[in-house]
Amino acid sequence: MSEENGGQPILRVEDIHITFGILKALNGVSLEIHKGEILAIIGPNGAGKTSLVNVINGVYHPSQGHIFFEDKDLTIMPHHHIAALGIARTFQNVALFKGMTVLDNIMVGRNLKMRSNFFSQGIYWGFAQKEEIRHREAVERVIDWLEIEHIRKTPAGMLPYGLQKRVELGRALAAEPKLLLLDEPMAGMNLEEKEDIARFILDANEELGTTIALIEHDMGVVMDISDRVVVLDFGDKIGQGTPEEIRNNEKVIKAYLGTTAQK
Amino acid sequence: MGNAHSTLPQILLDNDRKYGRDKIAIREKDLGIWQSYSWADYCENTKKFALGLASLGFQRGDRLSVIGDNRPQLYWAQMAALCLGGIPVPLYQDAIEKELEYIIEHSEAKFIVAEDQEQVDKMLALKEKVSSMEMIIYDDPRGMRHYNQPFIKSFAEVQAVGLDFEKDHSDFFQKEVQKGSPEDTALIAYTSGTTGNPKGVVLTHSNLLTNVRLISKVEGYRDTDRVMAYLPMAWIGDSIYSLAMLLDIGFTINCPEAATTAMRDMREVGPTVVFCPPRIWENILTTIQVKMEDAAWIKQKMYAFLINVAHRVSTHQLKHQAVSLGLRFLYALGEFLVYGPLRDNLGMGRLRFAYTAGAALGPEVFQFYRSIGINLKQVYGLTETSAMCTYQPDGDVKLETVGIPCPGVEIKISEGGEVLIKSPGVFPGYYKNPEATSEALKDGWLYTGDAGIFDKDGHLLIIDRAKDVSKLANRTIFAPQFIENKLKFSPYIKEAVTLGQGQEYVTAMINIDLQSVGNWAERKNIGYTSYTDLSQRPEVYDLISNEVKKVNASLSKEEKLRGAQIRRFLILHKELDPDDAEVTRTRKIRRGFIAKKYAELIDALYSDKENVDVETKITYEDGRTANIRASLKIREAEIFQ
Repeated sequence: MSEENGGQPILRVEDIHITFGILKALNGVSLEIHKGEILAIIGPNGAGKTSLVNVINGVYHPSQGHIFFEDKDLTIMPHHHIAALGIARTFQNVALFKGMTVLDNIMVGRNLKMRSNFFSQGIYWGFAQKEEIRHREAVERVIDWLEIEHIRKTPAGMLPYGLQKRVELGRALAAEPKLLLLDEPMAGMNLEEKEDIARFILDANEELGTTIALIEHDMGVVMDISDRVVVLDFGDKIGQGTPEEIRNNEKVIKAYLGTTAQK
Repeated sequence: MGNAHSTLPQILLDNDRKYGRDKIAIREKDLGIWQSYSWADYCENTKKFALGLASLGFQRGDRLSVIGDNRPQLYWAQMAALCLGGIPVPLYQDAIEKELEYIIEHSEAKFIVAEDQEQVDKMLALKEKVSSMEMIIYDDPRGMRHYNQPFIKSFAEVQAVGLDFEKDHSDFFQKEVQKGSPEDTALIAYTSGTTGNPKGVVLTHSNLLTNVRLISKVEGYRDTDRVMAYLPMAWIGDSIYSLAMLLDIGFTINCPEAATTAMRDMREVGPTVVFCPPRIWENILTTIQVKMEDAAWIKQKMYAFLINVAHRVSTHQLKHQAVSLGLRFLYALGEFLVYGPLRDNLGMGRLRFAYTAGAALGPEVFQFYRSIGINLKQVYGLTETSAMCTYQPDGDVKLETVGIPCPGVEIKISEGGEVLIKSPGVFPGYYKNPEATSEALKDGWLYTGDAGIFDKDGHLLIIDRAKDVSKLANRTIFAPQFIENKLKFSPYIKEAVTLGQGQEYVTAMINIDLQSVGNWAERKNIGYTSYTDLSQRPEVYDLISNEVKKVNASLSKEEKLRGAQIRRFLILHKELDPDDAEVTRTRKIRRGFIAKKYAELIDALYSDKENVDVETKITYEDGRTANIRASLKIREAEIFQ
């Protein structure tokens, strides 16, 4: 794990505002994600967590404020350019190509790294073929890594929800991102599935050196695996710090954890 | 094949010289691709690992345990131990901790080779309790980054140490291999007993190799054969095929990518020899049937018709009868339309031999596979006999038997009906357990604990565990489990208890299978309110009576069992349930308890009553109890002479 708080910021979010009509989804939020850490973003429903992730990877553009990724300004960059810089994400509601196999879905994650064009890929000869073989190997490593060999050729839509989430994580990992944004990777999972995903997240962070920001509701998981926690509430950042600090932060307890969580 | 006096490592060196890089010894599916290891790779990897072990303090006679899925590295580790005069002790990865602790402690395994983090964690938990354990070596580095303990090393690290060691000890490996003698222990295989602690079966190089040669001679294995290595490494069958036979025949073993992909990987490999326990054969058949139900109407009809043709043809063949020309034509058509494609789909298109053993396989299931052209055979063997000691010769397969003794194997039936075996494969004894050894080995005969009979053609029929077998008043052998299994092969019968010890005749108490009998009743428009109600419907009695009749017919074919046909039976009003202590959690019948609980029913079965009233206490899952009252009918069953 990273040296606590001492890591270099890989991403800086500065005073971001987003409004939908009169609704202020984010109201001047600033935060830093440090290189090599696992940062958890928590907060009650409607706190602006997903909006924050969406603004980082360019789905939304902020009405005010700036975002810097490795000192490049992302603020108004289109999202496929942001992805090419090394930011990958998963979605709260699984967003896979249901009719495509697991293998092909994960291969999509490699798409930005492919340089041969549509036509030479169609002919599948020479450079295009070599390239595909190279990428297939990377995809196979992800499959091995996530222990989903048995569903390699299964259409994603036929899989149970927990496995679909795992495949989605695989697609994000296949892009070999520097920063991985996970939007509720464990929602709707049972304890065993959650433990599996938690292990994959830790492994991705430690073995692949991926910086991870995740939104998660399961406090047990958040406290266990994250290095730092940022708390949002109604578009405001109301706290940040180590899991220990957050657990003892009066404001956070009041807004989010409820008084029972003090033990 | 190596010469008769070699050890396994000596054969490995022979194979390296003979095949080198030209022939594949092991394939493993990794990253979606079949990775091949030639005999030279096998030898080189084994050698590096062995030298690493030696430099880490592995001595002649030391034990090395492996735990994990079938992986080339684990096979090399076992082989490396053998090369150094050590002894492999494979472990079941799904064994409970207490059992693992016992085995490692009892075998005093010094080195453990574990597949991955999961297995390493198990071994770490045991290391505090078992003092003999010195070093844990892992293959898959995934998740192992925080394990800094000095006694944990990776497979690659040990091999690197081995390479260093070789610089100063260039002929060490050869010399160690040459020191081995055929009478050295080659394997300690622990058998999980149903009672008490597991026993360590010691097998020598000579045991394994002679037995392997007996089998391969009668079956005619070739060095071009392909075998799947997917069953647990701790099971004797895997050691025979993936360790001893692999070396001796020089064929190729194939390790699947993961346990969950074994069946799919099999299709890619197209093995020529495969071994599946009865459960897998049954599952495959069920999958076929379920898929056929979803198929188009015309395909369903075609399948049903041609499977029926195959069944008729194989019935003739099993009885050694001639098959009519018309039927032969239809069979050829079926081969083209159904059987061939089906075999291909199962990955059994190139099978030369398929085996089942371990438990009873229903004759219908057995015949299904044979009828579609899969050469399925039932064999018999124990860990103590280095696995297989009977075989079913091609062209002389009988569904119920386990075949005839392999040449060189002597089998006789004791006074008490127990199967006794004398063969070069029979083990010298249990590891550190002289009492158990002297119970099992008397005057050179192995007492198997299985009850069996020879049929009129000299085929061995295993009928039950010897301790459960008793006699009727007229001295006929009564093997309850054998008859119960036959009953349970019926889809309508879920559980059965047969009685007869010391009685004039055999009777049975039967549990119907609610799902299949329920479906049957729906199709026949028979209304019912509950399990109890359904079980006592006269139509259901007729249905079950017919099933009992079939069992009796099959018993009557066996001279020695003819007297043990079911004379009277009743259908129980409730399911036998572990909550009511009638069966164990693993669904073994608790005979003593049932004899007491259902004493009235048993008395009625051995009277001429046609009805018996019964009141039983049942326990619900939440622990509440209730009484159910019923009047059970008793039926006479048709008896064959």
